[in-house]
Amino acid sequence: MTANYETHEHDVLIIGAGGAGLRAALEAIAQGARVGLVCKSLLGKAHTVMAEGGIAAAMANVDKSDDWRTHFCDTMRGGKFLNNWRMAQLHAQEAPDRVRELEQWGALFDRTPTGDILQRAFGGHTFKRLCHVGDRTGLEMIRTLQDRGVQLGMDVFMECTVTRLIKDGDAIAGAFGYWREQGRFVAFKAKSVVIATGGIGKAWRVTSNSWEYTADGMALAYEAGAELMDMEFVQFHPTGMVWPPGVQGILVTEAVRGEGGILRNKLGERFMEKYDPKRMELSTRDVVARSIYTEVKEGRGTEHGGAYLDISHKPAEYVKKKLPSMYHQFKELADVDITKGPMEVGPTCHYMMGGIRVDAETAASTVPGLFAAGEAAAGLHGANRLGGNSLSDLLVFGRRAGKAAAEFAAKSPATNLDSSQLEQAEREMLAPFERSGGEFPYPIHHDLQETMQNLVGIFRNEEDLKKGIGKLEEFKLRLTKVRIDGSRMFNPGWHLTRDLKNLLLISEAVARSALARRESRGAHSRIDFPNYDPVWEKKNNIVVNDRDTMALHEHPVPEMPPELKQLLEEKK
Amino acid sequence: MPDAILRVFRGDNSGGATVDYKVPLAPGMVVLDALHSIQAHQSPDLAVRWNCKAAKCGSCSAEVNGRPRLTCKTRMDSLPLDQPITVSPLKAFPVIKDLVTDVSWNYKVNKKIPAFTPRTDVEWKIDQRDVDRVQEFRKCIECFLCQNVCHVLRDHAKHESFGGPRFFVRVAGLEMHPLDGASRTSLLKNEMGLGYCNITKCCTEVCPEEIHITDNAIIPLKERVVDEFYDPVTMLFRKLRGS
Repeated sequence: MTANYETHEHDVLIIGAGGAGLRAALEAIAQGARVGLVCKSLLGKAHTVMAEGGIAAAMANVDKSDDWRTHFCDTMRGGKFLNNWRMAQLHAQEAPDRVRELEQWGALFDRTPTGDILQRAFGGHTFKRLCHVGDRTGLEMIRTLQDRGVQLGMDVFMECTVTRLIKDGDAIAGAFGYWREQGRFVAFKAKSVVIATGGIGKAWRVTSNSWEYTADGMALAYEAGAELMDMEFVQFHPTGMVWPPGVQGILVTEAVRGEGGILRNKLGERFMEKYDPKRMELSTRDVVARSIYTEVKEGRGTEHGGAYLDISHKPAEYVKKKLPSMYHQFKELADVDITKGPMEVGPTCHYMMGGIRVDAETAASTVPGLFAAGEAAAGLHGANRLGGNSLSDLLVFGRRAGKAAAEFAAKSPATNLDSSQLEQAEREMLAPFERSGGEFPYPIHHDLQETMQNLVGIFRNEEDLKKGIGKLEEFKLRLTKVRIDGSRMFNPGWHLTRDLKNLLLISEAVARSALARRESRGAHSRIDFPNYDPVWEKKNNIVVNDRDTMALHEHPVPEMPPELKQLLEEKK
Repeated sequence: MPDAILRVFRGDNSGGATVDYKVPLAPGMVVLDALHSIQAHQSPDLAVRWNCKAAKCGSCSAEVNGRPRLTCKTRMDSLPLDQPITVSPLKAFPVIKDLVTDVSWNYKVNKKIPAFTPRTDVEWKIDQRDVDRVQEFRKCIECFLCQNVCHVLRDHAKHESFGGPRFFVRVAGLEMHPLDGASRTSLLKNEMGLGYCNITKCCTEVCPEEIHITDNAIIPLKERVVDEFYDPVTMLFRKLRGS
């Protein structure tokens, strides 16, 4: 019985309308499925718009020697061999077609003199590989996918938040959520669900992520019984703004370094010479972020606790042309003219390498009917993501998830929405209105961000992580007593209360996974275990809900076939 | 640093009033930071849309001291802080709650526009100059500030028969794409009411992406419509043919 709720029925329900969700929707529609797309914001506002530098695809338009094999090797090396090799292979092989397809749908990338798609250099990529549009590639991509969806008559539910997946026995049957505008509840009946909700950046104080990134999809999947993987690997982008305080964390694209930007400390030293003399500023993000952090910690930071990033040696017109939004961002928000002087930058929480454990070919999770793609899924990036590999990930695995979800739906009988699960989900949403007294949710969010920043940040140790886990338990208790002011109508306090539950749950998965991995690898740096451990190179950490307690176990990293092993040997 | 007073509209589609909030200032603070501070410390149910906080997504549009702005890009120190700063919702769209308006009309207009239609008879090579021309239009972040100030919508409420600057920009991006094979001139003339625009350039003035909406999008589109529908020779030919 779902008579009490506004109910929509689809073959495939997609949660999240960034690059992965949109690409999944397009593919599922192409397969003939009835598709519903749900997103927390207005269509076209997802964090994909913030992707600046480009899409990594071995098209070999600029460097003729590039091919998928080199892209594959770069991705595996960047991920410190914890990646799912098959995902890395598919990604490298399929990305060029996914980019060409975008141009058939109206995207327009910058060009080479011969009229082909131009590609730029980026950290960890052997060749010039990033297809780009100045420094606003993500906007170009999301608008293209959005327009294509509109053309195909995609069914979109904007400003709608899913709070629970509904199951029918072991399999997915749909979802429950609320309309942000009016606060009304809504049920979605679907034979398969694709999660494309992005990451958990809002758990840290200094972050490039918007309010949306509260680990919703990971929490929904975890609660539905799916496995999470590699949750200790959180990427801190080396260059976020550090001053003024209001803009701290806002992304400064890696394209600044890709276009020749130089990092210096307050003494004027080009410090990357110490940390990675070969690749310098274009080393991988984990290395550059740690280097800046170390410079600041050892007293060589700038006035506001960062490093200088300078592109002013390039002609002003060139900088304005290749980095227009950086130029405006610094001029308007920080009173800095980047064509004349350096920017101040420091690490900012940016991306979650871990997420829902999926099958490489189909993006299927361990729960029948549940699929995941993009940042919400794990596997492609291993211990550290290369810049530019995210947009290509969204396209390659968004498409694969949409295809597999449509195929799964076509083979599945109609599902039933269990009314007791829906009612339970409703009760959970209404509970905070029934309490009087108690604190607002904002202080808990503030304290969570401080805790994750200070105790589960770039450098970690056992003592801090244990302290962090203890704090998370306290926050969970505080959250049960939170008070809501006002009505259910567009009420950010109410929305945050629900989002916080996801943030706390998945922050715990991050902290517990980080505690378990007693080595340093990629984005995970343990002061108490500063070295690689070859034993840990063979293991992914898995987090799963075991009768309402968070259980951790290790899973062997899938063995690479001999020809790919050989490839990695050859391309050393 | 001293405090600022924010005078914020609170209410819904049945009406409302402004409420004053005292907010502590910080260096480099923008209006959106001040609104977040109100949410966190005084009024957690204050409804505001925002996403990227870096002027790249176009979610946080509002009228600050009567001027349509992105609140994430409007520095507090650029405003006269000795008097209250008013923050009101966009006027051209119905209020849902507080600073959140119902912009769904825009998404309906967008659906009318025929999508990019790739030409099949050509080699896929594009000159950077052609890319630059179209990219100006594709920079649009859909903040709808141009829609909000356009007098055809704001004062005359021609929402049923007019597309608005945002969608003229979108059509310009398609029409001037070197490899697009479709024509949208009859849509511009008939369904999008391009003729209503009398090029006062209000839209261009408020565009945070500095798109030359009037000069580079609307006027060339008007010329295309004129060429197709009002060219004297073609008109005579049509008359003779009886079509």
